[in-house]
Amino acid sequence: MLAPALEWADAAFLGSLRQQMLRFAMQQLSDSVRAEDAVQEAFVGALQNAKAFGGRSAFKTWVFAILKHKIADSLRHRYRDAERHGAEPGADDAQDLSELFQANGHWEGDERPADWGDPQQALQQGQFWQVLEICLDALPGQQGRVFLMREYIELEPQEICTCLDISVSNLNVMLYRARLRLRECLENRWFCGNGVAA
Amino acid sequence: MNCREATALVSQALEWPLATGTQLRLRLHLLTCSGCRNFGRQAPWLRDLLRAHAQGQDERPPRR
Repeated sequence: MLAPALEWADAAFLGSLRQQMLRFAMQQLSDSVRAEDAVQEAFVGALQNAKAFGGRSAFKTWVFAILKHKIADSLRHRYRDAERHGAEPGADDAQDLSELFQANGHWEGDERPADWGDPQQALQQGQFWQVLEICLDALPGQQGRVFLMREYIELEPQEICTCLDISVSNLNVMLYRARLRLRECLENRWFCGNGVAA
Repeated sequence: MNCREATALVSQALEWPLATGTQLRLRLHLLTCSGCRNFGRQAPWLRDLLRAHAQGQDERPPRR
């Protein structure tokens, strides 16, 4: 690892940053070799320009921005490969919405979204982030990946369609279901399970 | 417009702009339906939440 002569970029800082990046990349790619590669490339790229940064937090923001691009690239390649091998996107998330809605399209009584009050307060609590991760893990395969590509990696919707070779309406349905599901999980496990205004 | 259609549109609007007429019909539904109104607040909040999650990987107590 390059060690730039900058007092804020000491070995402890760089080591811990690298761990954070690895964890982030692993969450996205679920593949330690690809995650290592993405982190390595982002890290080297950012360190070459480290002098341009006035401090740790600017550097960290920058290195994560590069990492996101590397992850996006890696996902694109992976799906191109998957396509060649005949993987079928969308096959694993046939989810029936009839549990949430009545036949006439109105909410089932106990599925109606509750008022979460001021949800920002939850962000201060370490436990909330654990609940979030449980709920994200519970999203079915393709649905979860599409949702994370959109909201976590911040890919444009058209780009996700191209890279997964899915239609716009397919994308819309997957994001819609992921939002319904994630919302429900957070409500049950946190906002209402916790006695916050229902 | 029923709740299922309204919430699908709320979600869609986070990716693509809705046609003006659709927007109006959606707003009308949200006026009268608290469940969908809650969903309408929560869906964009989930986006902010995931971005905060991506940004703040170390600005919280350690996990597990």
